[in-house]
Amino acid sequence: MIPAESAVKEADGLAFGRRVREDSGVDFNRCYQCLTCTLSCPVSFAMDYQPNQLMRMIQTGAAAEVLRSRTIWVCASCETCAARCPQGIDIPRVMDTLRQIALREKIAGREAAIPAFHLTFLKSIRRWGREYELGMVIGLKIKTRDFFNDIGLGIRMLMKGKMGLLPHRIKGAGEIQAIFRKSREVGED
Amino acid sequence: MKYAYYPGCSQETTSAEYNRSAVEVCRALEIELVEIPDWNCCGASSCHAVDDRLAHALVGRNLAIAEKEGTDLAVVCPACFLRLRKTRKEFRDDAALREKLPGLIDMPYSARYEVRHLLDILANTVGFEKVAEKVKKPLAGLKVVAYYGCYLVRPPEVTGIDDPENPQIMDTLLKALGADALDWRGKVECCGGSLLLTRRDIEGRLVAGICEAAREVGAEAIVTACGLCQHNLETGQPGENPLPVFYFTELMGLAYGLDARPWLRRHLVNPASLLKKHGFN
Repeated sequence: MIPAESAVKEADGLAFGRRVREDSGVDFNRCYQCLTCTLSCPVSFAMDYQPNQLMRMIQTGAAAEVLRSRTIWVCASCETCAARCPQGIDIPRVMDTLRQIALREKIAGREAAIPAFHLTFLKSIRRWGREYELGMVIGLKIKTRDFFNDIGLGIRMLMKGKMGLLPHRIKGAGEIQAIFRKSREVGED
Repeated sequence: MKYAYYPGCSQETTSAEYNRSAVEVCRALEIELVEIPDWNCCGASSCHAVDDRLAHALVGRNLAIAEKEGTDLAVVCPACFLRLRKTRKEFRDDAALREKLPGLIDMPYSARYEVRHLLDILANTVGFEKVAEKVKKPLAGLKVVAYYGCYLVRPPEVTGIDDPENPQIMDTLLKALGADALDWRGKVECCGGSLLLTRRDIEGRLVAGICEAAREVGAEAIVTACGLCQHNLETGQPGENPLPVFYFTELMGLAYGLDARPWLRRHLVNPASLLKKHGFN
């Protein structure tokens, strides 16, 4: 086990690479910079590092820069890069591993809203066993201090019954809480 | 024909019309979808980004409950479909996961039964000939594009229901209903998924691209198999006259002469005038 704090130090780049390799099970060293991933990526325009650059940065151990990047959160997990990579590198899996490390190490990156969304989503599951959209949206708005965007759409959705006012709590909510406890303490602030 | 059925959270709320139309058209085809008891959220697009073990366990509980029905599990939401199918595959391939999952969920699981998308069941078990036999009012002249998005076709080694670059399964279904399914370049593009709630700028640009591709070939509507895609495409379209976005099950229902009004009145882009033009009231 590599000490947590060392994962983000540039000097421990090799340790970072080993951790990503072990946690993801993906051999990112197979990447030879053909750019198929980046050319296929629908959200590359919103990334600070292109997917191929990120692979190279992991290879060279630029841990802090990788973990603070927008790229790891903006990636839509659309799986296009993985389906096309001639080296069979599961890039979305690497992205998940990087997100998990960034959350565990509590690294404040450049993209705040997306990790906040994931944690809010899980909190909703932990509490109710299912997704509770309205509670989740309100929670997210409080976290990101964005209160007025999309209010009109929210009201239309409520009128159409597309967003329930009240959550549905499953009977096995206790089982879900046990699953959270046994898995890992996540979804907590 | 009977299947255990996992609706998924969105099919209870945002896309309840997908759930209802799916159940009703299946009934018309003598397929019984038995909703599994007390299912939980599969973790969908968030859990895999946060914790692997939790992602496996949340899905595993549903798989274990479904297994008690003694049939394959039918799913309509592509995101749930991918999560359920991927966990089952990993459970079969990975001895360590087989060892630890039952303890995490406190239930036995054997991965005996398949996880199948409804489109796959219609194409490969029911057969599109039989699907076509039930058509009472063909969707003749309705120009549509079949939008597959991501998780019906990717990752291909997990979902495996059709070609990942140029799938045809939904096109073939729409043709069986009498519709004019047009060839287009947007069928496997990503709509941005849950970026809707955090980065609308990104999601909006992706949706605009997909809708432009649909209009380019003269489509009057887009057909999808995903609640989040449907919502993103309906709400993120630029311009004055947005294209209606249907679930494939709703178009099946229309062609079968079922009462589609309760489903369609929930849409945020009203499809009434388009349907009237083609003789559906």
